[in-house]
Amino acid sequence: MTGATEELVVQRLRKRYGDHTAVKDVSFTLPPGSSLGIVGESGSGKTTTVRMLVGLERPDGGTIRIGGRDRSAPARGRAERLARAREIQMVFQDPYLSLDPRVTVGQCVEEVLRLHFPMETTARRERVAELLDQVGLGEREAAALPGKLSGGQRQRVAIARALAAEPRVLVLDEAVAALDVSIQAQVLELLGTIRREVGIGFLFVTHDLAVVRHITDEVMVLREGQVVEAGPTAGILDAPHHPYTRLLLSSVPRRGWNPGDAAAARRSLG
Amino acid sequence: MTTTVSPAPPSSGALRRRRGLGGLRVLGQGPLFTAGVVVLAVLVLIAVLAPVLAPYDPDVLDLSASLTGTSGDHLLGTDQSGRDILSRLIHGARTGLLGPLLVVGVSTLLGTLIGMVAAWRGGWADALLSRSMDLAFAIPGLLLAILLVAVLGSGMAAPVIAMAVAYTPYVGRLVRGIARQEKARAYIESYRVQGWSGWTICLRHLLPNIAPTVFAQSAMNFGYVLMDLAALSFLGFGVQPPTADWGAMINEGQSAIQQGAMLPALAPSACIVLAVVAFGIVGEGLADRIAKRER
Amino acid sequence: MTEYETPALEIDGLGVRLPGEQAARPILDGVTLRVRAGETVGLVGESGSGKSVACRSVLGLLPPRARTSGEVQVAGRDVLAMNRAELAGLRAGQVAMIFQDPRASVNPLRRVGDFLTEGLRGAGTPAAAAENRAEELLDAVGIRDPRGALRRYPHQFSGGMLQRVVIAAALAGEPALLVADEPTTALDVTTQAEIIAILTRLQAARGTGMLFVTHDLELASAICDRVYVMYAGRIVETNGTDALFDRPRHPYTAGLLACTPHIEAAAAAPRPIPGRPVSLAEAPPGCAFAARCAHAQPRCSEETPELAHHGDGLAACHRADEGIKL
Repeated sequence: MTGATEELVVQRLRKRYGDHTAVKDVSFTLPPGSSLGIVGESGSGKTTTVRMLVGLERPDGGTIRIGGRDRSAPARGRAERLARAREIQMVFQDPYLSLDPRVTVGQCVEEVLRLHFPMETTARRERVAELLDQVGLGEREAAALPGKLSGGQRQRVAIARALAAEPRVLVLDEAVAALDVSIQAQVLELLGTIRREVGIGFLFVTHDLAVVRHITDEVMVLREGQVVEAGPTAGILDAPHHPYTRLLLSSVPRRGWNPGDAAAARRSLG
Repeated sequence: MTTTVSPAPPSSGALRRRRGLGGLRVLGQGPLFTAGVVVLAVLVLIAVLAPVLAPYDPDVLDLSASLTGTSGDHLLGTDQSGRDILSRLIHGARTGLLGPLLVVGVSTLLGTLIGMVAAWRGGWADALLSRSMDLAFAIPGLLLAILLVAVLGSGMAAPVIAMAVAYTPYVGRLVRGIARQEKARAYIESYRVQGWSGWTICLRHLLPNIAPTVFAQSAMNFGYVLMDLAALSFLGFGVQPPTADWGAMINEGQSAIQQGAMLPALAPSACIVLAVVAFGIVGEGLADRIAKRER
Repeated sequence: MTEYETPALEIDGLGVRLPGEQAARPILDGVTLRVRAGETVGLVGESGSGKSVACRSVLGLLPPRARTSGEVQVAGRDVLAMNRAELAGLRAGQVAMIFQDPRASVNPLRRVGDFLTEGLRGAGTPAAAAENRAEELLDAVGIRDPRGALRRYPHQFSGGMLQRVVIAAALAGEPALLVADEPTTALDVTTQAEIIAILTRLQAARGTGMLFVTHDLELASAICDRVYVMYAGRIVETNGTDALFDRPRHPYTAGLLACTPHIEAAAAAPRPIPGRPVSLAEAPPGCAFAARCAHAQPRCSEETPELAHHGDGLAACHRADEGIKL
């Protein structure tokens, strides 16, 4: 297959919870190796959207395809489940909840390899060390339980674990939101390096437009389950068309910021 | 985010029924907890080594030595049939612990299985299993035991089966509650994203992480079951004479009270209280420890 | 200058230690900070910096068994020396606090009206007058139908709306000082903008001093007159907002500025600081930041730098005069 057909294509994705429509006709395309920001406030449907992509929620309508293979319906059988896992992996928001407290860092990465790739034990051990090294963790951390690590280190483990399956797309659901700013910058830099070196596609779910500016090529703004604006990141952040995008932008604090501007933007939104 | 074990245990009827035991927690976990563990260890040792430790055959009658008080020969005296009370207590520890062990073992296994399946599958499976557990709750354990005795005849089997049925929903509800919380945690979800099967995730990751809480609850249940089985024996539905059993001993000792001999009834009562309180303390202590660790 | 006025808040050399298993665990060391009437002062730091402990000390809310040194003066009186009754009076009158999670600071079983009027009625205001006052306050924080809102329960409000209620309650006693501990961190950005607009408008109109604690440098730069930067339980730098952000003297401040992602089109990519933030208890001797600092010299890990005047502000760095470049 050629590179162009390996893209992630999402069409008219829908999800309802009772009477409430959480995601409504969301469509987008993620070319291989590119980075798309999914931006929105709480209740915008951004997390529900990516949870459907990784198979944690079942869509009520629409299709999700990677390289033409459909993954909208639940996987049938082990082979299909594993094949899908090698397409998309995910890093969760809270590094304190996303690792099994009983499994050491090394084992945590190794078990993914054991599940997905037939390998000699020594080769597998080497690969574990290589993956951990890629995220800046050494032997000492490999032997540790998650409880002994800081939030930033845990998030690195979660990234290494996700990369172990060699996915085409990595979903990062508010993956730097819970970290201290100085650590957040470290993880952002690491993610940038990984994208350049591995050529993996990013779906970067966040509420933080400043982060979006620095880590994504394209951005999609969600509001109440619908896409209100999408396009190249710089274009949208510098010249937003939709009033809601303008409201989001005028709400971001910065030097010389007037929170009253946001109120004006809200009025124009009606 | 803290998910403590507290929401689940208080919802269990076994705890609500005997709130008095939980109150002991205020005394703190340190020395009391240690004492509880020591008492339990000693009880188990006594049960295992009963034939070696007991000075007399617990079942040998000696009507000429009926209700002798404490003496050098009989440290706790004899009962109406002239049997050595100390020896009967020591042997009674075996039936006293074996019954609850079976009940707690079976109810923990079944309850964990039911609770985990309900939590993991959700939907109709959850609805079906939860309603079944509600139904099982509605049947009083003692009544079921009496019914089963009528069918199976007296002996250990009927009360043990009845109690296992009665305690399974307690465990099932607890496990369902904590397994649902645990399932929603990102680490379990990340295993799903990695492509593991539900069974593997449940057995390798979910179960070991909820096991300490279930174990703590089982320790407490052990005490309650011990008391329930003793009550059944006392009523004559459990272990049959002449087998040494604490509950049955209290029953047999009742008439001796009128003759001024307290020990035949008092000694086994004390054993039951000691064992139940020790299990309660250890169970609560374990639960506290888990709650602290989770925070 | 208003130097002769009593400041709304004056913290002088505040140290806090918690008794530990072997040795006492230090949390804060020599924190000195001042908020004048009508001024908004930012207290910025990462986790472990002690910013939350410092701001809670203003209301006498310290961890149990904590040992303190130094003084925390509110309107000229030392909070650390107050007894229970005096503290209650302080919290009802001179100082009000707004926490991160509004749900944790209101009783979920009581109507919003009761929550708002309890302080007023406690101070002797008649019930009807207190209710009118509560209505005015809710109107001032932008709650529609304030009369109806008084009858509702906290769960009937969204997080942002409830935080407005909390702000209204904080302002009810006409405090001289408002202490806000990450008041908008749990809220969406657009809601944050609304809350900040309300908070700054009311605070300016009433001449209330505000101590604003946040991890968000951009937010502090947007609303504060002066900013204190904390690291490992100590204040490492303070200055007027513009001076601090244009010419940071302490490498940590400079590092924080460089690692914060900026929204502006021309902004450089965030540049990380190596290592992780430490608390005072974990901090090595000397400058706590030395291990992460690109400009550290041998001296930095031997002598703890004192907070000293550099330009208009204060910085605790041996090399502050050399002009650290970003």
